[in-house]
Amino acid sequence: MSEMNQAMIEKYRSNFLQEVEANVEEGHWVKMCMQCGVCSGSCPMENNWDHPPQELFMMIRANKRDEVLSSSSMWMCTSCYNCIARCPRGLPITHIMHGLASYGKRMGLAPKEQPTVKFGDIFWKSIVENGRVNELKIGVGLYFMNGFVQGIKNALAGKELGLAMMKTKRMNPMEYFGGHKCKDRSGIAKMLAKAAEFEAEHVAKFGK
Amino acid sequence: MSEVVATNETIMVVGGGISGLTAALEAAECGKQVLLIEKAPTVGGRVGQLYKYFPKLCFPTCGLEIQYRRLKANKNIRLMTMTEVAGISGEAGNYSVDLKVAPRYVNENCTACGDCANAVEAEVDDAHNYNMKKTKAAYLPHNMAYPQRYVIDPSIIGTADADKAKAACKVGAVDLEMQEENLSVTVGSVIWATGWKPYDAAKIQPYGYDRYDNVITNVEFERMMDPKGPTGGKIQRADGTTPKNIAFIQCAGSRDRNHLKHCSRICCMASLKQTTYVAEQLGDECKSTIYYIDIRAIDRIDDFHQRVKQDPNVSFVKSKVANIVGGSDGNVVLRGVDTEGYNRYANEHDLVVLATGMQSTVPTGIFPEGTVINEHGFIDLDESNGGIFGAGCSSDALDVNRAAQNATAAALRAIQVVNQVAGTEG
Ligand SMILES: Cc1cc2nc3c(=O)[nH]c(=O)nc-3n(C[C@H](O)[C@H](O)[C@H](O)COP(=O)(O)OP(=O)(O)OC[C@H]3O[C@@H](n4cnc5c(N)ncnc54)[C@H](O)[C@@H]3O)c2cc1C
Ligand code: SF4
Ligand code: SF4
Ligand code: SF4
Ligand code: SF4
Repeated sequence: MSEMNQAMIEKYRSNFLQEVEANVEEGHWVKMCMQCGVCSGSCPMENNWDHPPQELFMMIRANKRDEVLSSSSMWMCTSCYNCIARCPRGLPITHIMHGLASYGKRMGLAPKEQPTVKFGDIFWKSIVENGRVNELKIGVGLYFMNGFVQGIKNALAGKELGLAMMKTKRMNPMEYFGGHKCKDRSGIAKMLAKAAEFEAEHVAKFGK
Repeated sequence: MSEVVATNETIMVVGGGISGLTAALEAAECGKQVLLIEKAPTVGGRVGQLYKYFPKLCFPTCGLEIQYRRLKANKNIRLMTMTEVAGISGEAGNYSVDLKVAPRYVNENCTACGDCANAVEAEVDDAHNYNMKKTKAAYLPHNMAYPQRYVIDPSIIGTADADKAKAACKVGAVDLEMQEENLSVTVGSVIWATGWKPYDAAKIQPYGYDRYDNVITNVEFERMMDPKGPTGGKIQRADGTTPKNIAFIQCAGSRDRNHLKHCSRICCMASLKQTTYVAEQLGDECKSTIYYIDIRAIDRIDDFHQRVKQDPNVSFVKSKVANIVGGSDGNVVLRGVDTEGYNRYANEHDLVVLATGMQSTVPTGIFPEGTVINEHGFIDLDESNGGIFGAGCSSDALDVNRAAQNATAAALRAIQVVNQVAGTEG
């Protein structure tokens, strides 16, 4: 678990709702939920996740910090906005879901094997290295995230699409070897280093 | 009509439902002059469209009859039906009011014999039955109409039907020459009591009121219970068969930012009451299920809730239904997730009653500037309203009991305004 995570546990003790309100994007809305169930019932993810949004909001109030932040549920949100369109209380549910996901990630609690989390990792790695996203590397990375054999299977399944993309010059296979990068890579690196510094300051502040 | 006498010591009450009647009677019985304005051809309002009243389950005719008797006995009230307010200007103690009177085409001589209705052929939508059936174009709005005087629908004026009505009337009550009239009166205070209308269920897109025949509203369900109503008093589905498994969906269009923000306060009790209609008519042959966020049966009426909970044929699901999809045989499937366990459900029902809420009918644009109408469309109690007071469902979503209390309070406030004009106070 991350240092930041320990700091936050210290700071908020057993008031997870307060922690969410202060640190999670749109988190101040959580207390407005009246537990009607419309968001959960409207979500196309149906039974594919552990906790529908309504339940996550209740778990936040019930101080189930670890269960919430390590849940895979909010990583499965497809941003369809059905829930927001229907919520009688006007909660920006989609945004809260993404806010919880990214907060869980920062706390080091996000589930490691969840595909969206992995995608995020690969995406991020590509940006840090090249200052831009290398779509081919991300794609290949995703194909092979569940091991070599599964990766070959995935790649064969997506073969038609890949060939079509090459034909129409939407994808260059040579990109895999190096690939082109953005102009001022060191500038990007500096910017990211600064962001890491801010993050460290943040931890230091709460760590006391 | 131009002989309407009103002065700045007169209290004008707008709307003749249970609230307007109560306010008018309370003020008149205190000796004040009252001008009672009603848009419809009859007073009585929405209460006359209910089968029974909660919490005692008595028939609304009883409560209305008492008010009618008081009304007939009181010389201080001048009642104008088919009249609307077009504008109000001035200040407390001195308001100038523009009125618009629609022609009824039937005068005071009418004995309500019904011969004109038998004579005409055209039919029009029956508003008393929420347009679930038709009525003759010469009609008495309903049995409890007051005044007991027929109306000729403007759509047949100039046709042969109108002449038939005139020919059928033995007492010369049909007057086809009547015209719309505009007049202006002076009053000292205004009590606004135009009540509510059912929230438009078709706007609640996920529930498919406009797509599924067996998705109806609670006000329509009330009409089904009337022996003279659209189904002859039978609870039935669109195809005339008897339902076995009815769902009630609470907060349909209330407590919802996309619709009415306020809690309509009566619809929990209305659905609980309607399960007793099901029990009364269909007994063990039909189940009722109430889908709810929380049951708001407040203080002493919670006894009623507890009684309904004892009925083994009534069950409760704590969940606001997310959406409704079509099923087989005209049935529909309710989909959602329940709050007690977060289980996803897809339950089939053969009839669904949407507990739609009460929407204020307070208009905008006719009151003097500065009159405070809140975000829900109700008239707030506010100093800057001068001598204008909301009553009953024009002041909040209220049941009959609370509406009558609220109307009495409005009458007392209006009395103080006209007393000041008369110099008997302050
Ligand atoms: C499904 C359902 C069931 C209910 N069951 C019960 C129950 O069992 N018990 C209970 O206590 N309550 C019940 N209620 C609530 C009850 O209907 C209201 O409390 C009651 O109707 C309020 O009376 P009101 O006079 O304020 O309004 P209304 O009954 O709406 O009367 C308003 C009057 O004003 C007139 N009007 C409208 N606009 C104008 C205008 N512009 N100018 C002049 N006149 C106008 C109308 O024609 C009408 O006569 C129920 C409500 C619903 C929706
Ligand atoms: S729809 Fe809105 S109020 Fe209802 S449970 Fe979901 S977040 Fe809460
Ligand atoms: S936006 Fe996300 S949480 Fe909301 S309904 Fe769609 S998938 Fe579900
Ligand atoms: S208008 Fe004439 S015919 Fe019609 S009900 Fe009245 S009295 Fe009878
Ligand atoms: S009274 Fe009940 S059904 Fe009506 S809006 Fe309030 S909570 Fe919903």
